[in-house]
Amino acid sequence: MAEASLPRILAAIPKGAWLPLGLLAAWAIAAGSGVATSPLFVSPLEVLRVPFADPDGREVWASLGASILRIAGGGVTGALLGLILGTLCGLSRVASLGIAPTINTARQIAVFAWIPLFTAWFGNGETTKLVFTALSTFFPIFLATERGIRSTPKALEEVAQALGLPLGKRLLRLYFPAALPTIQVGIRIAVLSAWIGTIGAEYAIGNGRGLGSFIASARDQFRMDIVLVGVFFLAVGGVALNHGCERLFAVLFPWAKE
Amino acid sequence: MNTPSAALSIGRVGKSFNLNGTHREILRDVSFAVSKGEIVGVLGASGCGKSTLLRLIVGLDKEYSGRIAVSGEETKGPNRNVAMVFQDHRLFPWLTVAGNVGLALEALDLSAREKAGRIRHYVDLVGLSDYIDAYPKQLSGGMAQRAAIARALVSEPNILLMDEPFGALDSLLRLRLQDELLRIWDRNNISIVIVTHDIEEALYLGDRVIILEANPGRIHSVIDVGLDRPRLRDDPHMASLKRQCLELVLEPSARVSS
Repeated sequence: MAEASLPRILAAIPKGAWLPLGLLAAWAIAAGSGVATSPLFVSPLEVLRVPFADPDGREVWASLGASILRIAGGGVTGALLGLILGTLCGLSRVASLGIAPTINTARQIAVFAWIPLFTAWFGNGETTKLVFTALSTFFPIFLATERGIRSTPKALEEVAQALGLPLGKRLLRLYFPAALPTIQVGIRIAVLSAWIGTIGAEYAIGNGRGLGSFIASARDQFRMDIVLVGVFFLAVGGVALNHGCERLFAVLFPWAKE
Repeated sequence: MNTPSAALSIGRVGKSFNLNGTHREILRDVSFAVSKGEIVGVLGASGCGKSTLLRLIVGLDKEYSGRIAVSGEETKGPNRNVAMVFQDHRLFPWLTVAGNVGLALEALDLSAREKAGRIRHYVDLVGLSDYIDAYPKQLSGGMAQRAAIARALVSEPNILLMDEPFGALDSLLRLRLQDELLRIWDRNNISIVIVTHDIEEALYLGDRVIILEANPGRIHSVIDVGLDRPRLRDDPHMASLKRQCLELVLEPSARVSS
């Protein structure tokens, strides 16, 4: 009976899951057999109990919440700025010539190079983290919006012009819908870079709540089990944000499905 | 003919521009008037500026010399009394038939109920009642062009400009839409200027046919059709007019190529 169902269970495992499961097994075997005996090497079971049983490890939930709030606050600000400036530059050649070169040059600076400047300007606290998250969201949204608005078909622009549509209606009925597929790509990239930006800023600055500072302080205390939990939450958080965005698109823009 | 009572009067209109340093004259000294409820066909070889003429009248291009007046009042730029149907339907892919037709009402001061009523009326008029909630990609070419005609008519303009509106359709469908256009025209008492390269279409629809010659575009001759409606497509008088048109249309282009 057991022999009959085992192949079936194995067959039900998706092909993409084999590699992580294999690595997990190797990790468990290495920890259980005593091959690896460094104090920095912890077993998967120990890691598993950290978020629930360990007093320091339980902090991970609050840290996750703090990071999500941060990405929401900074990300939405950066996204709105990117949308507004991107729309302006997409619509107006003058605005594009005036603003876009500065933004495109600033974009070439690796985002983490801004951290020393931001800490000097905004201090070692919340403001710097929010500004940093906003910045890493801003660039992809700005670029996508500008390109999307500019790619609006000329033929449809002429229709709007001949019908005498006022600017507000034109944005709502023509430019945003035309730009939406491009903006969606930008949002996908922005969500990822905002998440990395948030965690990175928390990690680099180190104080306050958040997954980044959670990992940083665990590393300072040589708590590898807690570091691993933090990394796992970071990955799951990223995947969840990505999925949340896709769901939101599907609800908001049902006609935009490919 | 060039009286203030004319629905549309074109007075000595000229259009030229510089292309890479060379001066190109597209239209020279074009003058004609369209009275209320009249249908005027505009015939000409490609490159004679007939599409340009319509773009000037509808206000997509404001750089020209001469005078264009609607109901006796000079106009430059989009005018709510003038609507245009393009060769390609130019429907917004993200809006339904109702949404696309409703676009033409966005700039008008109407209540939501009035708008909905008008949209339904004109969608019915072009025979698309069953497709009022369909998206453009769900429509055939003929249905899409009908929706475009509804969009042009819904604001109840005095003048309907049509730029080879049936040119992209197969010949049977073209004949049917010509008859539908006449049926709608009969109800609305609207003036129509229809640009076409199809001599039979111009003669079947038009009260008069203006023949343009090219380089620069100017009026070569005007033919009075002088037949009562409903017309027979195989009317002997029509056949002789067609022969006459053919000679006139071919004559200038023969001169160009020699």
